[in-house]
Amino acid sequence: MAEVANFKAIGTRPIRPDGVEKVTGRANFGADLNLPDMLHGKVLRSPHAHARIKRIDLTKAQAMEGVYAAISSADFPQEVTSSLSRNILARDKVLYHGHALAAVAARTPRIAEEALARIEVEYEVLPPVLTLDDAMREKATLVSEDLRTNDDENSPPSNIAATQRFERGDVTKGFAEADVIVQEEFRVPSAHQGYIEPHACVATSNPGGRVTVWCTTQGPFEVRSATAGVLNKTVSDIKVIPSEIGGGFGGKTVVYFEPVAVRLSELTGKPVKMVMNREEVFRATGPASATLCKIKVGAKKDGRITAATAWLAYEAGAFPGSPVGPGCMSVFAPYDIDNFLVEGYDVLVNKPKVAAYRAPGAPQSMHAMECAIDELAQKLDMDPIDLRLKNAAKEGTIAPYGPKFPPIGLVECLEAAKRHPNYVNKTSEEVGRGVAVGFWFNIGMQSSAEVNIAEDGAVSIMEGSPDIGGSRASMCLMAAETLGVPYETINAHVGDTESTGFCNLTGGSRTTFATGLAVVKACEDVIAQCKARAAMTWELDVEQVDWRDGQAVPKPGVNIDVEPLSLADIAKTMSRTGGPLLGRASLNAQGAGACFSVNWTDVTIDRETGKVDVKAFTAIQDAGRAIHPAYVEGQMQGGAVQGLGWALNEEYIYNENGVVENASFLDYRVPVASDMPMIDCEIIEVPNPSHPYGVRGVGETPIVAPLAATSNAVRDLLGFRINDLPLSPPNVLAAIDAAD
Amino acid sequence: MSNFGYVAPSTVEETLAVLQRATDQGQRTQILAGGTDVIVQFRSLDSSHRLFVDIKSLKETNDVRIENEHIFVGAAIPSGVLNENAELKALFPGLLEAADLIGSTQIQGRASIGGNLCNSSPAGDTIPALIVNSALCVIATSEGTRTVPSEKFVTGVGRNCLAAHEFLLGFQIPRPSAGTGDAYLRFIPRTEMDIAVAGAAVSLSLNHEGICERARVSIGAVAPTPLLVSSAAEALVGTTADEDALQQAAQACSDAAQPITDKRGTVEYRRKVVGVLCRRAGAIAKDRALSNRN
Amino acid sequence: MSKIYVSATVNGRPEDVLCEAHQTLLDLLRDEIGLTGTKEGCGTGDCGACTVLLDDRLVCSCLVLAPEADGKEITTVEGIADSQDGLHVVQQKLLEHAALQCGVCTPGFVVAAKALLDKDPNPDEKTIRYWLAGNLCRCTGYDKIIRAVQDAAQELTPTK
Repeated sequence: MAEVANFKAIGTRPIRPDGVEKVTGRANFGADLNLPDMLHGKVLRSPHAHARIKRIDLTKAQAMEGVYAAISSADFPQEVTSSLSRNILARDKVLYHGHALAAVAARTPRIAEEALARIEVEYEVLPPVLTLDDAMREKATLVSEDLRTNDDENSPPSNIAATQRFERGDVTKGFAEADVIVQEEFRVPSAHQGYIEPHACVATSNPGGRVTVWCTTQGPFEVRSATAGVLNKTVSDIKVIPSEIGGGFGGKTVVYFEPVAVRLSELTGKPVKMVMNREEVFRATGPASATLCKIKVGAKKDGRITAATAWLAYEAGAFPGSPVGPGCMSVFAPYDIDNFLVEGYDVLVNKPKVAAYRAPGAPQSMHAMECAIDELAQKLDMDPIDLRLKNAAKEGTIAPYGPKFPPIGLVECLEAAKRHPNYVNKTSEEVGRGVAVGFWFNIGMQSSAEVNIAEDGAVSIMEGSPDIGGSRASMCLMAAETLGVPYETINAHVGDTESTGFCNLTGGSRTTFATGLAVVKACEDVIAQCKARAAMTWELDVEQVDWRDGQAVPKPGVNIDVEPLSLADIAKTMSRTGGPLLGRASLNAQGAGACFSVNWTDVTIDRETGKVDVKAFTAIQDAGRAIHPAYVEGQMQGGAVQGLGWALNEEYIYNENGVVENASFLDYRVPVASDMPMIDCEIIEVPNPSHPYGVRGVGETPIVAPLAATSNAVRDLLGFRINDLPLSPPNVLAAIDAAD
Repeated sequence: MSNFGYVAPSTVEETLAVLQRATDQGQRTQILAGGTDVIVQFRSLDSSHRLFVDIKSLKETNDVRIENEHIFVGAAIPSGVLNENAELKALFPGLLEAADLIGSTQIQGRASIGGNLCNSSPAGDTIPALIVNSALCVIATSEGTRTVPSEKFVTGVGRNCLAAHEFLLGFQIPRPSAGTGDAYLRFIPRTEMDIAVAGAAVSLSLNHEGICERARVSIGAVAPTPLLVSSAAEALVGTTADEDALQQAAQACSDAAQPITDKRGTVEYRRKVVGVLCRRAGAIAKDRALSNRN
Repeated sequence: MSKIYVSATVNGRPEDVLCEAHQTLLDLLRDEIGLTGTKEGCGTGDCGACTVLLDDRLVCSCLVLAPEADGKEITTVEGIADSQDGLHVVQQKLLEHAALQCGVCTPGFVVAAKALLDKDPNPDEKTIRYWLAGNLCRCTGYDKIIRAVQDAAQELTPTK
């Protein structure tokens, strides 16, 4: 088991280096940049969910005083035919209500808006495909006439973009051996990431073809490559400067209008700023897939699962690419099951293209499985945690998606739950309790970091992962631990695409793991250089010098009488010992450890109105190692409340024409402060062997379990299950009335 | 090219003159009080050119006069300010609570009862509470003022009885007699920040024997306009407003409701919940009436 | 389009600017005066990121027309910290409790929480949660924000 760690910096809770900027309003977010002579861009969006564009006439908009350019997809390289380019500006068809199809740049936002109203578009309105059932039906209306399932040219056109299937053992035999079988269907609606900062960018260009994009994004290098792709440029033509980012949760991993701003800037020769309003954010960005999940699971009387099947259909929106893949891979991940079959369907509908949302794909499929496990526990009269312990994946279990699990913390989380005072305290009659497990794979990918030492020994980290939740503090803590210097002497900076080495996006819970690994290695590079400088000063071989507690010291047994040299000492004389101290590392991180959690929700229900109130929520999660425990708890608490929102009230409500009726924070109901209790957290540490400090990503797992935990709590209190989300008052009251 | 304007007149006469002049010139006017509906609708539904006429600088729209027979409440007073007036709160706790339910602390800093009424939404929280308190709407016109009972003010979804050159000055509300209590409850999916899915206000007066001598019940968000439900009031008058009577009033509300299914709730849901709210609000109003008997 | 002259006091300093009737106080602060600490999250009064004090009353600056600011006193997040004394206790406690992740909602919370503590130096958890219900935060789940405000209240009233 885990060694007893003896850290000086890691595990402490210092103030983040960018904190003062953020509490005083000085930090610059996406919409905060204004440049001289800047124009304002606005996008014209489709009023139809599905229509053929017969004609776009921009002339009246272009003629307006104060308008500098009006463009459509015809103003973009036609040889680029990617889904991305067609999502940014529709070509032949508009595929969802809110689909962009033209844009203008004008002197003021108001003039730009008025110019949009003067763009004439002739549509041939087509019937929209709005549900999984309609889209998967034979002879369904097609979202894309030339899409064939799995690109198979021999199959007819279909809305099913892709299927997948994987299995192990023999499910027929497994179900035959089962004493108890649960079989249920579950629907989860589309939810939006709901970041508070709308998408925003400013693009500038010069006549030589070079462009600069300032924008709010989780991945400046991904914005660079996507923008280059749509505009048929080379990435070296484009510089992307990430602003501070006001939330993303996966929704700021793709581009929506950055290439449009660039094109408008190129055509006008002026900086162009584009900022979405909240309605545009809801209509045209995100969301997470709506899903239909069918689960069958069988077990012996003692609780041992003998077989399980999952049939998972995910809405992709207007273009292929739902997260049904990770949905399939995660559905049975917490369990060691000999016989299983998983089938997945990626399905087009006339809705916005889905985007990643925190553990993309897992909340929906695992909601279904964790509800089924809860039903199994009811049928077997077993404690839901005992049932899960009976089947829990552990080190050495072959994960359903292929690899053998290295050390993981599921059993430790379940055991911690069983002894947690919040679990030991049984609920009263009026309170229902539901348990569920969460999981996410986590990813590694590419990161770079530089560590610069100033002449007074101050440490400056330059890295490329936008700081979306306090990651600068984690980088500084790992650097402080590695270098052995005080946290307060270190600062961390997020560079642009020309000032830092390549770095993949902030996503997949990879930043503290992979960019953190690069920072640790860059610090080790600095240490190696410091040892060499000390050796030079002391006229020793570098092998005779050690680095201990932030100082170069002669190794034990080296017979020399010198004072240790601190980082500051070495920095002071670096001009005489070889010049600036600069540590570097770049890597493609392997071995991001999987992250498991156990959550439970305690609820009450007003049986006359159907309102579900969350009275208490407890989250237990394996962090591998919590570098900054307060920010780990912050991920657990924030993810829990997003999951609770999805369970209770969040959903996209479409009318029969495919128009989202609740495209505002008024009617898309994210939890407010008075809706929620405190979110109790316990961090478990089962170190990840692939990281020097044992880090696992913690950002995504927290959203997974709250959906089923809340469903299960409602089941506990009502005595019957409501399979579909959200558990909104009308849905819950209708179910109570139907049960009476 | 553009024709936006903003004026903040300092007298009623000046306001009326501005409205008249704009009407004569065919310019669209928009009365502005707290702006928490007006500016939202301007930004998200209809951003066409208009003259904003801010009535917050008028003495009359900011006035609170507590007199023997009547209480006058200015149309443009922010709910947050009203709710700091202890005397008013003691007189009309249900009305003040209804005002307090509108939006967040920030919205409370701006939103007014007059604006809530003039927005004329079926779901306006203060409208049922004004109705059960028999509030008269005092309207400034070129001839002086006219009054309209609050239950007659709203004429349809987003429509009301104000003419283009008129505006609402405030409310004249009869002082509640001894033994009177009011209450308003609404249902929303969250704890704050939502529009009512259904709402119910009850005002009742009890005599010394605890018998209900007068009752008014009004429901919101369950019909194109807030409704005065006389059948619900009749179910309470002559009773002690006990559980049975409240249940009958609740049923009368459910029966009177003509709800629609929309993004906020279904027909069935609203019909059922509006009755629940009537019963619960009635119980609160009764408690308040009992404690107000001297 | 004729511009409207607005003379207001912003964070204690006089500001004289021109605006248009359809602009909001938020536009005035961000685009005309250059104070971008106040954020736009929704433009419809539902998120509270644009919260400022207008004559000492909490408002959403996206729901105030720019010309309405004439003659008014406005305090934004930039005016909360004191250049002599440093951060306000609310700001300090938000930092100590790691009560911000992305930080875009933080300016609104700072202004709203300070207004609460000015009015009620010792609020209970429920009071804090309802007072701040108009400030959406999608990152933190509110837990650490509420604790930070409780801690700030404690610091302001050490004898309680």
